[in-house]
Amino acid sequence: MEQYLLNIIAGSLAGIIARIFMMRLDYRQYPGYPHGLISHLSLGAIAAALGAVAIPALINKDFTAFTFLALAAQQFREIRNIERETLQNLEEMRLEKRGKDYIEGIARTFEARNYLVMATAFITSAVALAGLWYALAAAVVLLIASVRFMAGEVVGDICEVVPAEIHFKDTLLFVGDINIMTVGLRESREKILHDALGVMIKPLNDNSRATLHDMGQRMAISHTAAVIMGSKNEVDRPEFTPLVRKNIDTGAVALYIVPLEKDIEALLAAVRRTPLLESARLKPLKTQAGRIASD
Amino acid sequence: MSEAAKEILAVITTNRNKVAGAVPIFIADSAEEKEKVARYLASTLDAMVHDLENGVYYIVKH
Repeated sequence: MEQYLLNIIAGSLAGIIARIFMMRLDYRQYPGYPHGLISHLSLGAIAAALGAVAIPALINKDFTAFTFLALAAQQFREIRNIERETLQNLEEMRLEKRGKDYIEGIARTFEARNYLVMATAFITSAVALAGLWYALAAAVVLLIASVRFMAGEVVGDICEVVPAEIHFKDTLLFVGDINIMTVGLRESREKILHDALGVMIKPLNDNSRATLHDMGQRMAISHTAAVIMGSKNEVDRPEFTPLVRKNIDTGAVALYIVPLEKDIEALLAAVRRTPLLESARLKPLKTQAGRIASD
Repeated sequence: MSEAAKEILAVITTNRNKVAGAVPIFIADSAEEKEKVARYLASTLDAMVHDLENGVYYIVKH
């Protein structure tokens, strides 16, 4: 196997570097737990090593070793379960829930990233047969590809996000023309008028309208806004819970939040940067019926 | 925002003719007292005060 040492090292290194790069993207949607970082880096390293040794194993006609990749896939599915369980357990104690869709999305991303690492290592190790410089070039291309293509879209890409006015009709709270809830206490109404912010999220087409219809996506928006802006929500003051409600006629949604930092520009940026959940990305315009209906 | 069962925990009113039934009913003498009782109940029950706009407040756990 010694003549393949270069392949293995090149592949493993490329894979580990890819994992480190993708780790940076992780932290946009996942708070920085140092131990989580360690475990994901080590699993990434294992994935990279597995991908890198696959090529020498194939060349040596060691097909049994190749089947170990299947075993690895099993392990990575386990990562998804672990990640999901952790987040679900933490969720119970959160005032602003991430929502099941968001958790599922994060868990799936963590699994998929290990496959990306494995693929990066595999391809780099294969190209390394042609020479070190080729391997280097391949690794760079793969790194850019995994970071660029896996970054995912954000709400700002498919929706127009604009400030909206908070007002009351008697006790009904409205953001723009969208009814959010009823607030019984006069004191709370005054505080909401004084402190709350409203944002209108207008879908650009029928695809984005279907995405905003998804409750999971809406929870992700209110969760992100609350994490970034802070929230005056408290266990005994549920009227300050951030909410996202839809205009049933237009499909636009409104976000209501009582932030700790009353800064509308920051809130708009937070909403625009909210990741679009894979599970919420519906594309009715890709179907014939959807295109006809959109006229 | 979760879809857990919603439940009326208490009703506060100044008009006892408007309410009946199997929830705790608190009768207040004035609008101020109604507001205050509602606030205290809601904060101990971790629930929210809603106004039916006919003189009846009710407290719901969301």
